[in-house]
Amino acid sequence: MSETLARTPLYDLHAELGARLVPFAGWEMPVQYTGIIEEHMAVRKAAGLFDVSHMGEARIRGRDAAAFLDRIMTNELSTLKPGAARYTLMCQPDGGCVDDLIVYRFTETEFLICLNASNAQKDIAWMRSLIGTAKVEVLDECAAWAQLAIQGPRAEQILALTTALPLASIRRFGFLVGEVAGASGCVVSRTGYTGSAGFEIYLPAASATKVARALLAAGKPHGLIPAGLGARDSLRLEAGYPLYGHEISERISPIQAGLGWTVKFTKAQFVGREALRRQAEGGPPSSVVMFSLADRRIARQGAIIFAGDTAVGEVLSGTLSPVLNKPIGTALVAAGFTGSSELTVDIRGTRLPLQVSVEPFVK
Amino acid sequence: MSQVPANLRYTKEHEWIRLEADGTATIGITDHAQAALGDVTFVDLPKVGKSFAAGEVFGTVESVKAASDLYCPVSAEIVEANTGLNDSPDLVNREPYGGAWMIRVKLKNPAEAAQLLDAAAYSASL
Repeated sequence: MSETLARTPLYDLHAELGARLVPFAGWEMPVQYTGIIEEHMAVRKAAGLFDVSHMGEARIRGRDAAAFLDRIMTNELSTLKPGAARYTLMCQPDGGCVDDLIVYRFTETEFLICLNASNAQKDIAWMRSLIGTAKVEVLDECAAWAQLAIQGPRAEQILALTTALPLASIRRFGFLVGEVAGASGCVVSRTGYTGSAGFEIYLPAASATKVARALLAAGKPHGLIPAGLGARDSLRLEAGYPLYGHEISERISPIQAGLGWTVKFTKAQFVGREALRRQAEGGPPSSVVMFSLADRRIARQGAIIFAGDTAVGEVLSGTLSPVLNKPIGTALVAAGFTGSSELTVDIRGTRLPLQVSVEPFVK
Repeated sequence: MSQVPANLRYTKEHEWIRLEADGTATIGITDHAQAALGDVTFVDLPKVGKSFAAGEVFGTVESVKAASDLYCPVSAEIVEANTGLNDSPDLVNREPYGGAWMIRVKLKNPAEAAQLLDAAAYSASL
């Protein structure tokens, strides 16, 4: 393999902070700084700062932009108000997921979409292939933006030390555009992928290091530490958030993933509608469940789920929950077994009982 | 830089072994290994009385990120396993050469120990 890994604008800062860098979705990203559990607990109790500049961005612009998004996404975007954002899936005609995304509306005719790093170029090509005669442009802005996430109960108080934006006026999934740490043109949204309070900041790539340093300095007395992708994964699993390639994928639909709330059948048509409707009405062949184990061993991706001696599913994600101090995970389980109290998971030859949870582990 | 105590022997797979005066040996994983693993969450150790050949897998150490096999540096029979690691697997991160020893063994072929890396050779391999 001679793949060249991309680096975010914060690469030098990561090295300075002692990050352990690993390949992720074609990027060289910090998996941890001081330790996954410490960083995880900082986010739950104080605050953590994540570099998520590997995420992609696309601007959707034009007279038909809102109608176009309604046609290619499962959620309804035309009803979104300027200054608000919404989570949505983008599906194939067979209901499988192209990606999950957050759509930000700037004006009647202009939107910004946040794309998963591993899917960004696929997504942009997919969207462009669906334009047809619509009056809309899909602009690739992946290189223009850096992204920081400041997450945790003290995130707002720390961010307020670096910006005059009225943060308290931003509601969940709302955003403002303005200056942060002297950098103008920042999009500050009350969103996140941790299950704790906090903000995500889209900022011009050239300003990323300045803003990150300012936030780390302002937040240090309040317990803010840099946090890596390892903690990001354990935080999102505790909170029950899906990760593309695990709980959702080209073979796992939003209906299977328990994301039916993002699929608006009230819209007359959108890509994937018929297949998703059949699944929603008839029940999907398999569904994603969350589980915990009364053990120390982590059930990892690919581990087989059994009901008695019959294989009925497989693990999609697994980690240790630092808050519960026990292993948690998600699994794709065949219809008819998702509510079973007798499921086990095979970990290196040992079958351990798993407890299915209908609620996220952290709310 | 990771610590590599001079009085121990090492494997390329990052286990350490300390030969005791009574002919037994104590085995654990190195500082380098614990740092590479990250937060250790589980250590699966064998029962007393089990025997392993040199290079055979005797257990598993698991971190948030991954599960890794533990390799027995020498042919040996288990005389004690560190049950304290059941409740405090994080000791592996804090005291890799102390409280987080993993197994005590009786050597089956003491000559094998001479084949292991000394501290200088192990340091050079890192």
